[in-house]
Amino acid sequence: MYDMKALYEARSVEEAVALRLEHPQAKILAGGSDVLVQLREGRLAGMEFISIYGIDALRGVTIDEDENIRIGSLTSFSHITRDPIIQKYCNVLGEAVDQVGSPQIRNIGTIGGNTCNGVTSADSASTLHAWEAIIELTGKDGIRRLPIKDFYIKAGTVDIKPENGEIQTAILIPKESYENTYGHYIKYGMRNAMEIATLGCSVNVRLSEDKKVIERCRIAYGVAGPVPMRCPTAEALATGQRPSAELYEAFAKSVISDINPRNSWRSSKAFRQHIAVEMAGKCLEEAVRRAGGEA
Amino acid sequence: MSAQYKLVRFNLNGKEVEKMVDVRASLTDMLRNDFRMTSVKKGCEVGECGACNVLIDGEAFNSCIYLAIWAEGKKIQTLESLLGPGGELSDIQQAFVEETAIQCGFCTPGFIMTTVEILNAGKLYSDEELRRLLAGHLCRCTGYENIFRAVKKVMYRRLGKELPEA
Repeated sequence: MYDMKALYEARSVEEAVALRLEHPQAKILAGGSDVLVQLREGRLAGMEFISIYGIDALRGVTIDEDENIRIGSLTSFSHITRDPIIQKYCNVLGEAVDQVGSPQIRNIGTIGGNTCNGVTSADSASTLHAWEAIIELTGKDGIRRLPIKDFYIKAGTVDIKPENGEIQTAILIPKESYENTYGHYIKYGMRNAMEIATLGCSVNVRLSEDKKVIERCRIAYGVAGPVPMRCPTAEALATGQRPSAELYEAFAKSVISDINPRNSWRSSKAFRQHIAVEMAGKCLEEAVRRAGGEA
Repeated sequence: MSAQYKLVRFNLNGKEVEKMVDVRASLTDMLRNDFRMTSVKKGCEVGECGACNVLIDGEAFNSCIYLAIWAEGKKIQTLESLLGPGGELSDIQQAFVEETAIQCGFCTPGFIMTTVEILNAGKLYSDEELRRLLAGHLCRCTGYENIFRAVKKVMYRRLGKELPEA
């Protein structure tokens, strides 16, 4: 038995919004691979919960009328990895979430839960930042959309307004963001399975038509600061340049001025800075290769 | 909290069943206590060890971090479903016996249900892929190599291919 004060079950988004307004103190339960574990540990013991796991309308990946990739917030990691739309347009996201936990965790864990818990180490977070994803929230006043960088407020806190009955309903990747864009993600951990990232790095590029020039380069990290973050200095350095070994090295070194990792029991700040540089260079090189370019 | 019950209807090992369950129950609780599916082991109870693994609509889930009420309308398969009409072992279980992939047996039902999902894909996985697919289970008797060999053996058998020499 879980130590819950009460559990309310929503079967539709409307029901979830109504329950949230009625029980503003209740925690949202999506796949539960974080929340139910915290409940077992006693951290959330005795609280009220609203389960949204049964809202099947929030599952699946589609291309919407504005040609955004639309990922329903309850889509599981394994379904994202296997999805043909993701494989075609944003394969790196499928690869990133395929590094979460274990096969069973990837079957239950949802991308909505992964972002709503506001944790910097979430395997989806750096790639969603690097692809400038849009978070869609639905509440009593309808739909609110905001860039993912504004969604993350501080460690463990995201911009969801329970007083407005809001829940996250989708994550969108705009066409301008995914078109002709190729990326690569590296997760650094002490072991391959059941591991939280020591650092995660996601880079994507768009090359010119002749594949000779990097037209756009975006890089984001998880665990390089209290929330996932982009590196504007490194991005500016690579934009408009020709891919080369020298460029990869300069790009990699430049991330240091943008990131702010901390010392933790998992790793020292110095080690995180060291691997951040190594990962940036490797990610950029692989992203360029996938885009059809060469150094 | 005061007891809060909900009627849950689902398919358990091919049979339609229903039960009034406490909404605070995990799927492990319900399968063990209400249906006596004791192959579903209580291990870590935080989704790390895989001992409570069952198939839900064909996919592997740790039932310890899954609410019992979420079973509504689902097809749930536990190790008990593999038993033949005369009590025969399935080919997976037989391979586990042949390869001595069982020591204390506590992790075995979980490993075997993941193996069911792996083999249902009908693919020939590389050693590396197979190890990754089995990564959600802990065996404290350290029998991983034997377990890996058993899964690989039955994968080759099902595909009608000869097992390559190690």
